Amino acid sequence: MSSAEPSDRELSYAEALYEATRQEMARDESVFVFGLGVDDAKGMYGTTADLHKEFGSTRNFDTPLSEDAMTGVAIGAALAGMRPIHVHQRMDFLLLCMNQLINMAAKTSYMFAGACNVPMVVRAIIGRSWGQGAQHSQALHSFFMHVPGIKVVAPTTPHDAKGCLIAAIRDDNPVIFMEHRMLYGNRGVVPKEIYQVPFGQARHLTEGQDITIIGVSHMVVECLRAAQVLKDVGISAEVIDPVTLAPLDINAILTSANKTGHLLIVDTSWTICGAGSEIVARVVEETGEQGIPKMKRMGYAPAPCPTTRPLEDIYYPNGQTIAEAAHQLVCSNSNWSAPKTLSNEVLEFRGPF
Amino acid sequence: MQIITQAFEKSVPNICDKQLYRQLYRIRRVEEEIIRLYPSDRIKSPVHLSIGQEPVAVGVCSALKPSDIVFGTYRGHALYLAKGGNLKAMMAELYGKSGGNARGKAGSMHLVDTQAGMMGTSAIVATTIPQAVGYALAVQMRKQETAVVVFFGDGATDEGVYAESLNFAALKKLPILFICENNGYAIYSSVKQRMPADNFCERAESYRIPASRIESGVTQEIGLAAEKAIQSIRDGKGPQFLECLTARWRDHVGPDEDRIWKYRSDEELDDWIKRDEIAILGSRLTPDIKSKIDAAVEQEIVDAITYAEESQFPDAGELLDYVFR
Repeated sequence: MSSAEPSDRELSYAEALYEATRQEMARDESVFVFGLGVDDAKGMYGTTADLHKEFGSTRNFDTPLSEDAMTGVAIGAALAGMRPIHVHQRMDFLLLCMNQLINMAAKTSYMFAGACNVPMVVRAIIGRSWGQGAQHSQALHSFFMHVPGIKVVAPTTPHDAKGCLIAAIRDDNPVIFMEHRMLYGNRGVVPKEIYQVPFGQARHLTEGQDITIIGVSHMVVECLRAAQVLKDVGISAEVIDPVTLAPLDINAILTSANKTGHLLIVDTSWTICGAGSEIVARVVEETGEQGIPKMKRMGYAPAPCPTTRPLEDIYYPNGQTIAEAAHQLVCSNSNWSAPKTLSNEVLEFRGPF
Repeated sequence: MQIITQAFEKSVPNICDKQLYRQLYRIRRVEEEIIRLYPSDRIKSPVHLSIGQEPVAVGVCSALKPSDIVFGTYRGHALYLAKGGNLKAMMAELYGKSGGNARGKAGSMHLVDTQAGMMGTSAIVATTIPQAVGYALAVQMRKQETAVVVFFGDGATDEGVYAESLNFAALKKLPILFICENNGYAIYSSVKQRMPADNFCERAESYRIPASRIESGVTQEIGLAAEKAIQSIRDGKGPQFLECLTARWRDHVGPDEDRIWKYRSDEELDDWIKRDEIAILGSRLTPDIKSKIDAAVEQEIVDAITYAEESQFPDAGELLDYVFR
C-alpha cells in the first residue's frame, strides 16, 4: 500500500472490481478473464478495461457467443489449475450456462471426492432501468443457492466488491459473483492493498431495536433509505447485508431478528422460492415456537420485468414501499404512508446499457 | 477428409501386437467379470460397457504419453484402463467402497484417475468436450507439451456445445485431439435417424480442423492415425479430429446383449464380432506368450475383485465430504 495514499480513498463499485482483478492478475499468473466484450473499448463498464494491454491478450479476451461451451472451457481450465473469471454482461445469460454450472462445476469436487476441483468465478451483472426489460434484468441467485457445491456472492459496497472478488478468485470452488448495474456508480472507501472479505459473514449496516431488514444486493441501498424514513417516525431498523448468500450467515440474521422481533427481507428478485423464502424457513426452523419473529418478504412483482418507466417503477421495492412494509410489521394495521424516497442511481441512469 | 479403410500392413513388430493384445484383453475381461458379477447385485452402479469398442481407446492411448490428458464419457471403462487408470480403485468404486477412486461417490459413470491423466467422466452427453477444450487452453497458456484428447460418441455431436467447442478449439489452435467413437447409435437411435448426412469429418473440417475417418476398427490403424494427429498437435498446429467407426456389442446400459431390442440387424453386429480385434491379435501371438498374458491379466482381475470385496463401505460421516474443496 502506497504510504502517500490516504486511508479513506474512495472508489466506485466498478473501479473496485477493476482494482481487485488487476491486483490478482498481477499476483497470480493463473488468473485470467474472458467473456463477451471484456476487451472491447467499453471494457465491461470499466471493470476489465485494457487488462489485455497490461497482461496480454491471452489473459483478457473476447469469446464467441457460446456461453455453454465457454463455461465448460472455464471449468476445463480450472481443472488444469487455472483460475478463470468468466464475465457475463447480464445474469440472464447464465441460463445458457446452466448445464455446465449445475451438472458439472457444482458436482466436480464431490463426484470425484476431491481428486479435481473447479476454482472459477462467474461474474454476472444484473440490469435495471432504461428499458432493460424481461430478459436483461433477472437476478437468478436462488437457482444457485439451491444447489450444493456452488457459492453465491452479492456484495453491495465498493469495499465488499473488491474484497469479495479477491476472495472469490482465491476460492477453490465455483463462485457466482452477482453485481447489480445500479451499484456500479456507488462510491465508498476501498483500501488500496489486497484484502479478502470472508464468505458467510453478514454485515450490519445500521444498529436498530425495532425491526431487522435484510437487503440483497441493490436492495440494500433501498433498505438504507427506508431505515432513514423509519427513523424519522421513531422506528429504529437494523439493516443487514448478508454479502454472501451461499454460504449464508443465518446466525447474524437470527440474532438480530430475535432481538427486534420483526424481520423484513427485501430481495433483488422474485419472492417465490427465493432467498427470502430460505431465510424465513431457516428462522422458523431455528427459533423456538414462542419466539418466531413477525416476518415479511418483498421483492420484484411476480411478473417478467416491464420496460416502460411507470410500470418498472412499481415493479421494484423502493425506500418508500420498504418503509411502509416495515411500519406494517412493527405497528400492526398501520395505514401509514411513507414519504417518497429518491433512488438517484436509478433516476440518473441513462442507457443504452 | 482422409478415409483409412485398408487393413494395417503387417510391418509392425510382434511386440506391438503383444502390448495391444494385453490392453484389449484386459479391458474385455474386466467387463466380462462385471457382467458375471452383476446379478450378484454387488455392483450397484449403472454400467455402460465398452465391449466391442476397446480398439478405439487402446489404439488412441497407444499414441499418448502418461502425462497427456484424456477426457471421456460415462462409457469410460475402456478409456480409463487404456490410459493407465488403477484397476483396483475402479472395481472398488463400482462396488461403492471407500477404496474406490471417489470413495464410492462416483460409480461407473464418473471414473477418474488424475495420476494417470484420466480426467473425470460425465453422465451427461457432450459435457466433457468443452472442458477438454478448456484444459487445452490452459496447456497452451502455460506453453506445456501436453496433448489433450477428448473421446465422445456420435450422439454427442448432436449437441450444440459440440459445435461451440470445435469452433473455439479451432479459433485458438488448441492442442486437442477430438475422437468421435462412432458406434452408429445414441442408445437405439441411429445416425440416420438423427442427422441429414453421415458427415462427421466434413463438419469438423468446416471449422478447418483436419479430420480422418477410420472405418476398419483395427487397433493399429487407429493408433497410427492418432500418432500422426498427436504429432501435429505437439508441433503446435492446432486441433485434429478422428472419427473411429466401432460397434457396441452390448446394450446401451447394463450387462445384457441387446439383440432383443431389434433396433439393428444381427448381420450388422455379427460383421463387427467377426472382426474382433482381441481374437485377431491373440491369434498372431504364440500360444506361450498369449497364455502368459492371459494368466497375468486374470490374476490382476482376481486381485482387483478381492480388493473391492474387502474394501469397506464409506462411513456415514463421509456423506458431506467434498461438497466443497
